[in-house]
Amino acid sequence: MRFLFKTDYEDDIKLFPHSGYVVTYGVLLALLLIAPHVLSSYLMSQLVFVCIYAIVGVALLILTGFTGQASLGHAAFLAIGAYTAAYLQKYNVPFPVYFLAAGLLTGIIGAMVGFPALRLTGIYLVIATISFALIVEEILARWESVTNGNEGMRVKTLSLLGVAVPRDSPTFYYLCLAVLVLTIVGTLNLLRSPTGRAFVAIRDSETAARSMGVNVALYKVKSFAISAAITGLAGVLFAHKLSFISPEMFTLQLSIEFIIVILIGGTFSLHGAVLGAIFIVMIDPFLTYLKDDMPGIIAGIAAAFGASSATVGNIQSNVAAFASLNGLKGAIYGIIIVLFVLFEPLGLYGRWLKIKLFFQLFPLYKRATFKRQKIYVKSERNR
Amino acid sequence: MLDFVQQLVSGVALGCVYGLIALGFVLVYKATEVVNFAQGDLMMLGGFFAFTFIGMMGLNYWIGFAGAVAAMALFGMLAERVVVRPILGYPQFSIIMATIGLGYFLRSIAGMIWGTDDLKIETPFSQGVLRMGSLVLAYDKLSVIAATMILCTLLWLFFNKTMLGTAMRASSENMLAAYYMGIPVKRVVSVVWAISAAVATCAGVLLAPITFIHSNVGLVLGLKAFPAAVLGGFGSIPGAVVGGVLIGVIESMAGFYLPEGWKDVAPYVVLLTVLLLKPEGLFGLHVRKKV
Repeated sequence: MRFLFKTDYEDDIKLFPHSGYVVTYGVLLALLLIAPHVLSSYLMSQLVFVCIYAIVGVALLILTGFTGQASLGHAAFLAIGAYTAAYLQKYNVPFPVYFLAAGLLTGIIGAMVGFPALRLTGIYLVIATISFALIVEEILARWESVTNGNEGMRVKTLSLLGVAVPRDSPTFYYLCLAVLVLTIVGTLNLLRSPTGRAFVAIRDSETAARSMGVNVALYKVKSFAISAAITGLAGVLFAHKLSFISPEMFTLQLSIEFIIVILIGGTFSLHGAVLGAIFIVMIDPFLTYLKDDMPGIIAGIAAAFGASSATVGNIQSNVAAFASLNGLKGAIYGIIIVLFVLFEPLGLYGRWLKIKLFFQLFPLYKRATFKRQKIYVKSERNR
Repeated sequence: MLDFVQQLVSGVALGCVYGLIALGFVLVYKATEVVNFAQGDLMMLGGFFAFTFIGMMGLNYWIGFAGAVAAMALFGMLAERVVVRPILGYPQFSIIMATIGLGYFLRSIAGMIWGTDDLKIETPFSQGVLRMGSLVLAYDKLSVIAATMILCTLLWLFFNKTMLGTAMRASSENMLAAYYMGIPVKRVVSVVWAISAAVATCAGVLLAPITFIHSNVGLVLGLKAFPAAVLGGFGSIPGAVVGGVLIGVIESMAGFYLPEGWKDVAPYVVLLTVLLLKPEGLFGLHVRKKV
């Protein structure tokens, strides 16, 4: 086991606490850079979606994970970013300009949502953000002169410095990857700054933060604005990747998916956003794979246990019928969410930390290390 | 003027449905400080149960109704035992996510079992209208209004006048203290979930002739019932019904007098305005926080 010896504050806020980090992340980055030459085009396309979801995940982590303000309205911010890009593109605005403009506009709208949210906590905030998202969805469908209504908008191919970047080219993937890496590094630095510390203080106890002199209102609005702006940037990439956007893409369902990203990944670390994004994006191809191959596999196992060929055929067709049931995906989604909340509250990254600690401390690992403390409900109404 | 009254009455009837679903939210919230995002889906499931008993097995309407309520009460206890009890007392957000997951699960399971068609239950109130002068009121809408009033009164009496109701309020204020006073908190929470599932079933069955039953009805109406519960202050039983009626009337007036598109948005605009001016809802208690 490695013990880090910190002698001053600079040691504490290093981005890479020890050389192991440089090696691990260097290798990871190298693998990601050669990915387009190795993976199939389908997997590359999924990888781009992983990048976009991870950017939104990071944005949501800033707001929900680190400032403690729940939001079920991030699909609306994504939509505003995407529509800004599509609208400005019609007037031949160059990519860097509308990319930043989308971020700026979403940031301003995020701050405007943040103001009413100042006085709201808990469930009221969740419902206020849901209402905001539903209103935005309706505006997108009705404001036809700008958004083209329910018919949706076509997004032209991205052109960067005069060079066309098609949505399935490696360059587009590198662009998304670059935005993701910049977002993560920027967020890491933000969390090491006074602003980030104020966010965490507000999450842990608003009253304590206020009595330590943190301007709670200002930092909450800042958190909303930053989170929304990053989501808006992701929205631009999202619009280009899909090349067509319409209001029914940005529903409550999508907001819930974003929350699931950080919930499954883990809400206490930026790793969680990336792991959760991988999980959410890859679950679709995985379920399709199961649907196609599971009947054969199960029948094979049955045959290995000496079942007659008639029974094997029977089992195979039954499993196939079950796997192609309508709505099975929704049920699996639901079960996954419930299981994660019940048994893995720290998410995938928490599981990874547990496994790592198990091997570092072998054979002294104690199961109680990560145990949640039992708390008893006290009324939030009196808080 | 007649149009106005007609819109008002249909708004009130619609609002009573929202109010009934919101009552379920409020019950669970009042007793456990948990917000149940699957409440609408419990309503949907209750409707399907009633359809199975009445439409498929051919039972008498009232027997089928009672059967569905009883079955759903058991189901509510089961859901509480499996999903909520292990995480009771953990941050509110994890419980919200767990109930969202439960909702997903119920919706797709219901879709698998009962299919995706709209189903209809024949009720004694399906046909017939009440005429008062030139005003025409359908019995099915009146039945919703009457049932809401009765349920609301009963639940209010239950919470404020009975031993068990007092125990529920106590365990929501401070669970540990309630344990110390000898209140069987776990059983109390179970009972609350049973009651709220039963109320949801009443909503589902009464709603069946008006909106039909399909697997997404819970999500659609649940999203409308939230503003209702919030307007009412989330902790007040009469507040939930008043909030529901307000939302229903606003929606039906906006659909009639305002341009197209406002109907679906107006409740949320009103909600945001109210939250901006009075964050604790219209009937919520304003209490200062102790540090």
